Amino acid sequence: MARPADSASAAPPVTTTEILPARGWRLPALSELWRHADLVYFLAKRDVTVRYKQTAVGALWAVLQPLLLAGIFSAFLGQLTDVPSGKTPYALFALAGMTMWLFLAGAIGRCSESTLASSELISKVYFPRIVVPLAAAAAPTVDFAASFVVLVIVLVVSGHAPGPEVLLAPAVFVLALVIALGIGLWLSALVVRYRDVSLGVPFMIMVLLFVTPILYPLSLVPDGYREVYALNPLVGVLETFRWTVLPDASAPGTVLLISAATAVVLFITGLLYFARAEQRFADVI
Amino acid sequence: MAADTAITAHGIGKRYRLGALPGGLLSESIGRLLRPGRKAGDEPRGGEFWALRDVSFEIPAGQVVGLVGRNGAGKSTLLKIISRITPPTEGRAAVRGRVGTLLEVGTGFHPELTGRENVFLNGAVLGMKKREIARKYDEIVEFAGVQRFLETPVKRYSSGMYVRLAFAVAAHLEPEVLLVDEVLAVGDAEFQRRCLGKMRDVASQGRTVLFVSHNLGAISRLCERALLFERGGLAADGVPSHVIAGYMSSAGAGGATGDATVPDDAPRLGTAEGRLRRVAMASPDGEALASLHLDERFTITAEFEVHRDIPDAVFEVGLSTFAGDRILTSNSVDREHPPVRVGAGRREVTVELDAPMLPGEFAVDVGLHRSDGTTVDYVQGAMRFTALNAAREGADHYPWNAVRGYVRPRGSWSDVRPADTTPRVGDRAGG
Repeated sequence: MARPADSASAAPPVTTTEILPARGWRLPALSELWRHADLVYFLAKRDVTVRYKQTAVGALWAVLQPLLLAGIFSAFLGQLTDVPSGKTPYALFALAGMTMWLFLAGAIGRCSESTLASSELISKVYFPRIVVPLAAAAAPTVDFAASFVVLVIVLVVSGHAPGPEVLLAPAVFVLALVIALGIGLWLSALVVRYRDVSLGVPFMIMVLLFVTPILYPLSLVPDGYREVYALNPLVGVLETFRWTVLPDASAPGTVLLISAATAVVLFITGLLYFARAEQRFADVI
Repeated sequence: MAADTAITAHGIGKRYRLGALPGGLLSESIGRLLRPGRKAGDEPRGGEFWALRDVSFEIPAGQVVGLVGRNGAGKSTLLKIISRITPPTEGRAAVRGRVGTLLEVGTGFHPELTGRENVFLNGAVLGMKKREIARKYDEIVEFAGVQRFLETPVKRYSSGMYVRLAFAVAAHLEPEVLLVDEVLAVGDAEFQRRCLGKMRDVASQGRTVLFVSHNLGAISRLCERALLFERGGLAADGVPSHVIAGYMSSAGAGGATGDATVPDDAPRLGTAEGRLRRVAMASPDGEALASLHLDERFTITAEFEVHRDIPDAVFEVGLSTFAGDRILTSNSVDREHPPVRVGAGRREVTVELDAPMLPGEFAVDVGLHRSDGTTVDYVQGAMRFTALNAAREGADHYPWNAVRGYVRPRGSWSDVRPADTTPRVGDRAGG
């Protein structure tokens, strides 16, 4: 049956989709992802809405968390054990670290569990599966934006207003996002195939908290070990983030370059591994 | 692929590994990697199973095709491959145009989100753009009839409202190729009617539809072609009435003659709070019958395993042709007989039908419903029987070569009178 000519000419060109057996390693289909941009948006919106809908304090929770944690850490680590924090008061040092860390921990955790959490969608509808971990980073991003504003306010009020470097903070955030997605893509794809990976994720996040200069400065790590230490990409992000917001922090050096390089490698390999693994998600999830 | 072809499939096969599926535990995979001389994933533990093997067909644009077969025959796997949810293990296929998949109603609905939010989310999940959903929003809401509850979280919706809203979104998807799995299995009678109506609309707009259903009547009404799947292969392809007749008469459809045990994987619809287990035919004296003689009265006994107390049960027994057309229906409810309470356990019910069948092959459909129209269990073609062209005593038989129709109700014919006195009743006396 022929369709009316006007609707046929208004419709987008009809494309033919080839369906072939799984191909092993392949490039991620970015144009396909672009066609599903609206789905990323609505899944992200769902996560953000649901997160704040039923909590009594709502979005306030996002900003309370870093404040409370920074308060606890400065009481125990700053006061009792006297961890050095340069010219910056330890409480502010810890607050800046916590703000970035909570984003990283949240985004890595949520991206990693995103595929299993969406198993119903994955087994019933087709869409590029990468949509799922990408959208999962949205809620932690919104949390980060809110707590970042609070961080800047606290810094200004306490007389440690950030300098012009603060304008670079968004760029540091992008690096943090690349790292979280890189790790998240690897883990969310591995988790579908190997369920025991999901048990390891909280443990890995806890380890990251200790092998990253969040509660202590990089200067505590001895010279000569810092380059190896910076292979953990979170190191460069934390150091650089503190430099952008704290007026008295020192500029990151080679650690940033090493961490950024690790981050890019993680992200690209994560994309490739995910593109390979996603083909069989519906069979094993 | 020609411009007027919507779907082509060449030698499609899909293999699943049985037992622990590929992967499993990371430690095991590492173990496999470390063992020399073997590639990871090479070992089929617990064997393998082809859900689909060597399936080829071509579907021209605008054709509405029904997929029939028992559960596990490969119908749903085929839909998943064509919709790209899962890749084939071998073979290739091509689809022209945008594909909409409806394997389940309400995929992606989130209970905490409002009706409005879920319309957009579900629309995006089904492949619609934000603009497109916004344009059809009013239509969707009206179709679902939930205008007053748009700002209410769907967790507070009744199950009927929930399903209506979910279906409304899916119904407004406008793909060139629509793949629909057994969505008619949920919802009440009204919903199923709407569902079928919408499918008819979609079909009349010249879209290509692939439609899996155990509702053989719907398949023969809606589709111009049917594909029969048996054990992962394409067993028949053709006009629905022929394909369905082949399906009904094959052992694959279940339904032995006269007395049939109904297996778990028989094509069933319903909530599964109870399950039809056995259907048997007998004479009014209780003598088992494998086939019917002319004008013989008979009873149908249906045995159910009821899992949960059903306070308002309505039983249905229907006779259909092998093409899936219902000839007659008897319900346990009428003016004098209200719905009955059926307790959990093994229950059987018998109906005596005063339906003198003409010679032919018939299928018995049995259903257990609730008084609101919800289906608990319904099996089409649960049993088959033959009505013979011979009376029990041997003297009477049906004298014409061509049998027209299915039932010969007792008629009382008038004498033949001059035509100007009374309206004409019939041309010929007899019967």
